[in-house]
Amino acid sequence: MSTRGAPALTKGVNRTASTAVKRISGFGLGAVWHGLRRRFRGLGRASVIGIPYLWLLAFFLIPFVIVLKISLAETEIAQPPYTSLWYWIEHKYLNIRLNLGNYQYLIQDSLYWTAYLNSVKIAAVSTVFCLLVGYPIAYGIARARPDRRILLLMLVILPFWTSFLIRVYAWIGILKTNGLINNALMALGIVDTPLVMMQTDFAVYLGIVYSYLPFMILPLYANLEKLDLTLLEAAADLGCRPSKAFFRVTLPLSMPGILAGSMLVFIPAVGEFVIPALLGGPDTLMIGRILWDEFFANRDWPVASAVAIALLLLLVIPIVLFQYNQARAAEAKS
Amino acid sequence: MNQRRFFVPTAMVLGFVFLYAPIVSLIVFSFNKSKLVTVWAGFSTQWYGALLQNDQILQAAWVSLRIATLNATAAVVLGTIAGFVIARFRRFRGRTLFTGMVMAPLVMPEVITGLSLLLLFVAMEAALGWPAGRGFLTITIAHITFSMAYVAVIIQSRLSDMDESIEEAALDLGARPAKIFFQITLPIIAPALVAGWLLSFTLSLDDLVIASFVSGPGSSTLPMVIFSKVRLGVSPEINALATILVAVVAIGTIISGIFLARQRRARERDMQMAKADIAD
Repeated sequence: MSTRGAPALTKGVNRTASTAVKRISGFGLGAVWHGLRRRFRGLGRASVIGIPYLWLLAFFLIPFVIVLKISLAETEIAQPPYTSLWYWIEHKYLNIRLNLGNYQYLIQDSLYWTAYLNSVKIAAVSTVFCLLVGYPIAYGIARARPDRRILLLMLVILPFWTSFLIRVYAWIGILKTNGLINNALMALGIVDTPLVMMQTDFAVYLGIVYSYLPFMILPLYANLEKLDLTLLEAAADLGCRPSKAFFRVTLPLSMPGILAGSMLVFIPAVGEFVIPALLGGPDTLMIGRILWDEFFANRDWPVASAVAIALLLLLVIPIVLFQYNQARAAEAKS
Repeated sequence: MNQRRFFVPTAMVLGFVFLYAPIVSLIVFSFNKSKLVTVWAGFSTQWYGALLQNDQILQAAWVSLRIATLNATAAVVLGTIAGFVIARFRRFRGRTLFTGMVMAPLVMPEVITGLSLLLLFVAMEAALGWPAGRGFLTITIAHITFSMAYVAVIIQSRLSDMDESIEEAALDLGARPAKIFFQITLPIIAPALVAGWLLSFTLSLDDLVIASFVSGPGSSTLPMVIFSKVRLGVSPEINALATILVAVVAIGTIISGIFLARQRRARERDMQMAKADIAD
C-alpha cells in the first residue's frame, strides 16, 4: 500500500511547493525563472537531436551530393582525378560546366545495361529463394517451445556474426573442381568428370542465398512470433483445413515480415561485390563489381560516381518502400 | 496436419545444415596436414603455427581490432542518442529526413557508401586540410556511420517495448530529463547497449568494401588482407584464421546469451515481487 501511495503524495507536495515559490517570488520573477528553464530544456533537446543529425548529414547525406557533383565532372589525369565543376573568370563571372557525358556513356555502352539488369535479376531470384528457404525456418522457430526458441534464434544469428567474407570463402572449398562436393560425387561414382560449379552464376546465387538468409529469417520470425494464434483456432473451428488456414490467415498477416526480409536481402544484393568477385566467373556481370573495377582498376572516378548515382536511382523505390514499412512497424509498436 | 508436422521440421533441419555445413568444413580442414585444403591427409595444427608467424595478417588484425573497438564505442553513443530521438521525440522539424538517414545505411549497397565517403574525405581534405590522408581515422568514421544505424534500430525497438510510465513517474516526481535518462532509461536498455556494441564491433571487423574505398597506404584491415589472399585461391592459413574467428564469436554469443537469459529471469522475478508487494 505504501509503495503505491508514495508517488501521488510526492506529486502533491511538489505542486504545492512550486505554487509556493511562485507566490513568494512574485509574478515577474517566476515567469523569468520558468522561461529560463524552458529555454534550457529546449536547448538540451535540440542538442540531443542535433548531435546524431549533424553526424548523419555530414557523413551520409553530403557524400551523396558530392558523388552527384563528381558524376557531372570530367576525368582528368590529376590529383584528385576529375575536373572542377565551376571556376571564376576574372573573379567576376562564375562559370559552371556540367558534363552529362558520363551518363551518356552509361546509356550507350551495353556493358552497363547488361550489368544493371543482371544484378536485378540475380538479386530478385536470390530473394525468392531466401524466402522459400527462410520462411519454414522462421515459422518453425516461432512455433517452437518458448525455451527452445532462444537457442534456435541464436543458431540463426551465430553465422550472421561470423565474418561474411570467410563464409563466402568457405563455399570455394566446397564448390571448386577438386572441392568437397566433387570429391564426394566422384568417390561415390555418380559423376566421372567433376562438375563445374565455381565461377558460375549458380555459385553466385548460392552465395547470396547463404549469406543473406539470416536477414530474411529474423524479420519473418519477429512477425510470425506476434501472430495471434486464436485466429488459426477460429479458422479450424469454422472447418478450415490447416493448409488453407496457412494461405488465407498466416501468410497474408506475415506480409510486413516478408516485405521487410525481402528488402533487407534484395537491396544490398543488387550492389553486392564480394560474392560475384569470389564465386562468380568473369562473365558474371554485377553492377557492384563494375563500380569497383571502374574505381580501382580504371581509376575513373566520374564514371564510377555516375554508376553509383544510377544504382541509387534504381534502388530508390525499394529503399523508400523499406523505410515506409519500417516506420509503419515502429508506429504500430508504440 | 501430418504433412505439416513433417514438412516444417525437415525444412528446419535442412536449413540449419545449409547454414552450418560450410563453417564446419572450414574448421575441419583447418586441421588438415595437406596444403590442398579439401583433401584430408591427417591431423595437424601446423597452419595455426604458420598463422602466428604471418606478420602481415597479425598487423592487419591489430589494425582491425583497434578500429572495431573505437567504432563500437562511438557507434553505441551516437546510435543510442539517435534511437532515443526516434522513439521518444515524436515531433520535430526534419524528423522524416532524420529517420530516413538512420534507416538507409542498413540497406545501402556498400559500394555506394564506400565511394561516397571516399569522395567526401577527398573533398574535405582539399577544402579543410582534414582528415590529412586516408587510413585509420577515415575507416573508423566510415564504420561509425553505418554501425550507428544498426545500434539506433536496436535501441529504438527496445525503447518502444519499454514501459514508458516508469519514465513518466520519475518526471512527475520532479527528476530532470537528463537524470531520468541516465538513472532509469539507460539501465533498463543496458542489454540492448551491449548487443549494439557487439554488433558494431563485428560489423567493423567484417567490412571489406567500405574499408577498401576509404583506406590509404599502410592501413590494411584484416578483411582486406584476407580478400587479397583468397582471390588467389584457398589457403589453409585462412582456414585456421576462420576457425579462430568462429570460436571467438561462438564463445561471445554463448556468454552474452547466458547473460541475457539470466537478466531476463532476474527481471521477471523482480516484477513478480513488485506485483506481490502491490497485492499486499
